[in-house]
Amino acid sequence: MEPRDLKPEHFKAYPPEARKLATHYVAAMQRLPLSFLPSLLREVIDYDYKFPAERKALEKELANWDALSEEQGREWLNGFTQISLSKALEQFDWVNQPAQFVEQLSAHLWTTHQMDAFRKAALDYGDRLHAAVPAETPAIPRLGIAVIGQGATGHDRPLFRKLRPQGAYFNRVKPEDGLRQLLDAVGERAKAHPIPYGHWYIDGGEAEDHEATLTSVSYQALQPTRTAILRKVRTEKDKPGMGPEALRTLLARMGPDELGFAKGIDPVMERFQLKLFTEGSGTQVFSTTFVQWAAREALRRAQPCTLLVRFAPRAKPMNDLLSASQDQAGMDPAGALVDGDFGAYYNWLNQQRLRGADQSAFLVWFEDHNEALAIGPGMPRGTESTSNASLRQLVSWIT
Amino acid sequence: MTSYSHSGLLEVSQRVARSRRDFLRTAVGMALGSALLPSRPLALSGTTRSKRKVIVITFGGGARDQETFAPEGQENIPHLMRELLPRSTFFTQVVNRGILGHYVATASLATGVYETINNFASLPPEHPTVFEYFRKDLRRPPSDAWVVAPSNGFNRIGESNNRSYGPGAGARVILPKHLLAAASKGRPDYEHLLRDNYETPYYAPALQGGEFELRQLEDILKLSVDDFRGHARTLSSPDELSVYIVRQLMRQVSPSLLWITMHDIDVAHAGAYSLYIEGIQRTDRLCAEVWNAIQKDPEFTGKTTLFILPDFGRDSDEDAGGNGFQHHRTGDALSRTTWMLALGEGVREGVVYDRPIDSTDLVPTLGSMLDFSTSLAQGKPIRELV
Repeated sequence: MEPRDLKPEHFKAYPPEARKLATHYVAAMQRLPLSFLPSLLREVIDYDYKFPAERKALEKELANWDALSEEQGREWLNGFTQISLSKALEQFDWVNQPAQFVEQLSAHLWTTHQMDAFRKAALDYGDRLHAAVPAETPAIPRLGIAVIGQGATGHDRPLFRKLRPQGAYFNRVKPEDGLRQLLDAVGERAKAHPIPYGHWYIDGGEAEDHEATLTSVSYQALQPTRTAILRKVRTEKDKPGMGPEALRTLLARMGPDELGFAKGIDPVMERFQLKLFTEGSGTQVFSTTFVQWAAREALRRAQPCTLLVRFAPRAKPMNDLLSASQDQAGMDPAGALVDGDFGAYYNWLNQQRLRGADQSAFLVWFEDHNEALAIGPGMPRGTESTSNASLRQLVSWIT
Repeated sequence: MTSYSHSGLLEVSQRVARSRRDFLRTAVGMALGSALLPSRPLALSGTTRSKRKVIVITFGGGARDQETFAPEGQENIPHLMRELLPRSTFFTQVVNRGILGHYVATASLATGVYETINNFASLPPEHPTVFEYFRKDLRRPPSDAWVVAPSNGFNRIGESNNRSYGPGAGARVILPKHLLAAASKGRPDYEHLLRDNYETPYYAPALQGGEFELRQLEDILKLSVDDFRGHARTLSSPDELSVYIVRQLMRQVSPSLLWITMHDIDVAHAGAYSLYIEGIQRTDRLCAEVWNAIQKDPEFTGKTTLFILPDFGRDSDEDAGGNGFQHHRTGDALSRTTWMLALGEGVREGVVYDRPIDSTDLVPTLGSMLDFSTSLAQGKPIRELV
């Protein structure tokens, strides 16, 4: 089937809100090339499980397509229309399985040497869309906090090297009660500015007590899910016909019921957490990877105003965890400190990709130690401070 | 569709490449290569082509500039920086325009053609490999060309399915992990050495074709199963196991063409930066071990040229479509652009060349060096080396 043949009834298998959205914009979708449309449908089909920020962005993108003339649409997608597809892709059920289509499209683009052209087309489109439909300004300037190195005693190489040019390095931070001060600070922001999914706390170990309105994810709480996924993989991986693509598809199709999620959990968060394990790489194995990926996805998707992440010690290398004898794995706090240090840099980068970056603030702290780095509009860049300061003070200086 | 802006990517790539080059010139004192400063041609070297040997190490799987030769990465590669680089001709921009999957990219390096085979299937390259060209043109026996490779997926890399070459015409392939798995008969002591690959850690393709048989451990490598198992117990990574096998091969067989594919670095797919860096540091040390083994072995010293190059890079931090060092999926400029060291016989020391060369140029260069034809390869001989 080609996009021009799309009809509302083709979306009957979509979840209710997604079906309504797709049906409303079916005429606009009919004008889109097959090299592009399934990427959009991949977002549409998940509409019921999206965060408010994502929903708004998708609605605006579709409305933009509705408003563009035929000629404008052709101009916007010129790069995509140059992409040639295989017969197999053309015959694929891209309406109902857009994610699988995109996966196969990716393989096709690589093997036919069209990846660079596709990449350029996607970048051009992204730039145009940003200009035409800018993202929403956050209700308050964003604040990102990364707590790294739990349980580590020291480090061989200087910390925060990637971030130092962006802010001020403090080496006399008072560590006492530091985590509690940070949790209180983000909790107060959440109470003062109640925004659905607007304030997050992600912990690589067990979550500390926190303000109830914070959206919270912890590696420890998701242990049953992680175990269920690893068990499933071990069962399936040696079956005839199984390969990496089939395994990935199998994981992507796993539902909350199979994975030990608690009953009554918010379906949006349930789906978010599920995807962290089924779409993330290494999240099932290392808590540091889990935290970095969860933060990336929270920023990309929910676009929160506040995000506190805490990296915990991670397990030693992966082989033990992938085998049945996973309980024997030891922990590596020193390695986790290095992971967390770099993960904090990625958190900052991902935060800066969002609207309002020039007003955003960021703090990274070596837990239970006196080193921290603070970034914010009023914080001098590339500087060092020997001032005694509490974590609470540092937060107040950058927000 | 990604919702982030990507402007300035090319600029970032160029900036990184430029800073790396500048550092190498000033801090290590390497000379800028140009037409006025040619490499020492083979005719001036002391070894006849028929006695010359080549070892290729792929510094894999997938290492970025910023963790290797860029100024901030050089602390991770002390052996390359201090011991090997001053003896090398260094190419700052090796561009891989093909598929960025480790098997298919390594196959492309070995054929001189951008292969399009399924990266995760056990398939031979579609174009003749350098091993086939070498053996056919120079009439060399099977024992003269070897590949030591990291995972089951590489077991078909020694020879293509090209009709003029194909089965029996290429290199013998050793998969040390496969060998150890057979020798250890499923004992748990070796699990840290037996992880097949990192990109699909849950899956290892079943072996077909010409893998190294366990009985050849004793016949060719002169190793008893007990000795092999005992030594393996002292090692900490699959690449250490590979280099152990390489040294046995050098001692017992002295091949003229030896290809070593390292893979520890690809642990990056699990997302732990510390393990990625450890992988780079280990690979750096192992490259120096191979170089030192060359220097100490009379069969190799003075007649061997060593090439070290990553198969490709990894995604840049700046590309919102990826997740930085973790993967190599975006096809951005940094993931396609790496470097190459060439050192040893017939290679000028302490020279940096900035001009871009292509991944597929390696095979024609080896052909020119060793005097065999690489007629179906797409690349061109690197003029600074031949």
